[in-house]
Amino acid sequence: MKVAWEGKIYEVDKPLTAGKLLEKFSLNPEAHIVVANERLVTEDSRLSHEDSVRIIRVISGG
Amino acid sequence: MKCRVCGKEANIRLSAYNTALCAEDFLAFFERRVARTIQKYKLITEADVPLVAVSGGKDSLSLWYILDSAGFPADGIYIDLGIDEYSHISFDKARMMAARLGRKLYRFSLPALFRKGIGDLSKLMKRAPCSLCGVLKRYLMNKACLDCGYTVLATGHNLDDEASALFGNLLYWKEEYLFKKDVALQGKGDYLAKKVKPFFLCSEREAAAYALLRQIDYVYEECPYSIGAKSLLYKELLNKIEMTSPATKIRFVKGYLDRVKEQEVRVDPKRCARCGYPSYTDICNVCSLFERFGTGDGLHVECYGQTGETPGQETSFEADRV
Repeated sequence: MKVAWEGKIYEVDKPLTAGKLLEKFSLNPEAHIVVANERLVTEDSRLSHEDSVRIIRVISGG
Repeated sequence: MKCRVCGKEANIRLSAYNTALCAEDFLAFFERRVARTIQKYKLITEADVPLVAVSGGKDSLSLWYILDSAGFPADGIYIDLGIDEYSHISFDKARMMAARLGRKLYRFSLPALFRKGIGDLSKLMKRAPCSLCGVLKRYLMNKACLDCGYTVLATGHNLDDEASALFGNLLYWKEEYLFKKDVALQGKGDYLAKKVKPFFLCSEREAAAYALLRQIDYVYEECPYSIGAKSLLYKELLNKIEMTSPATKIRFVKGYLDRVKEQEVRVDPKRCARCGYPSYTDICNVCSLFERFGTGDGLHVECYGQTGETPGQETSFEADRV
């Protein structure tokens, strides 16, 4: 599946849950949300090869 | 994971509330929470004419949208910090929301006021950009609110902003700042506008999910000057704690609110001898800044019309106040 994160596209081979995807990228689920095929998904949602996935960082500062 | 309300597939897990919700029920939950905060802390009444501080980010744009849908139609104020592409993109997002809501958007432009952006000004003033940005934003937004006839200034500060600021103030025992934050800060006479934070009890993650689900187009990029900011480090640390101990942030901030009521005795702020606005010194920082680097043309604000699409006539504030 294709995963968009911080302006880059990553290819992830194996199907996995949204929570595992965040773990794979070493990201805290409290600070990120996962969108699959333009739909917001919970961490236990299974992502498949065909899915187009976006990880959005929700924390901003200054 | 199923939605706790309707049993459909959930779209968001809210560990602080030990629940999960579908998109529709999450939107209702979030809007109810904001409405309750407004009501409980008497932030905005039907008699108020609110102005929203808009940065182009998820929090301020969601706040603008939610106030409008909750029956508190507001206009917006945007400060152009002169940060090249970042400022252009964020202003476009603010203007798009103004058009969507059919409201006015005011803009102060630092390059127009000083012929310099925040980066150059901070170097000349030998002050961190975020600190100077805070000073200028507070001043200009307060001024816009008072001079344009608005009764309350609403900002998009969220639970994570408040928790991280509180964490930093406690960590270094900054007692001078510790009990100054609140959901509402009352105005004073004709020189200090009432300021409110309707998202005080809403997490940053909830605000981002709300913006996404309401198709609010916001600027995703981080302000280039915030990279390495301590507030980001504190937010990261608090989210690590939140992961293992859900609801820590909300308990922390609610605990603060209980204590601030007991501790707070607000003293009237001093006023700048030149402009009359609140100041810790005889002449406020912004008047000093204008004296040194101002273009001499006074303080102008651009107003984008009710549709938000075309600039309206430029409005000049009283030049003798700066």
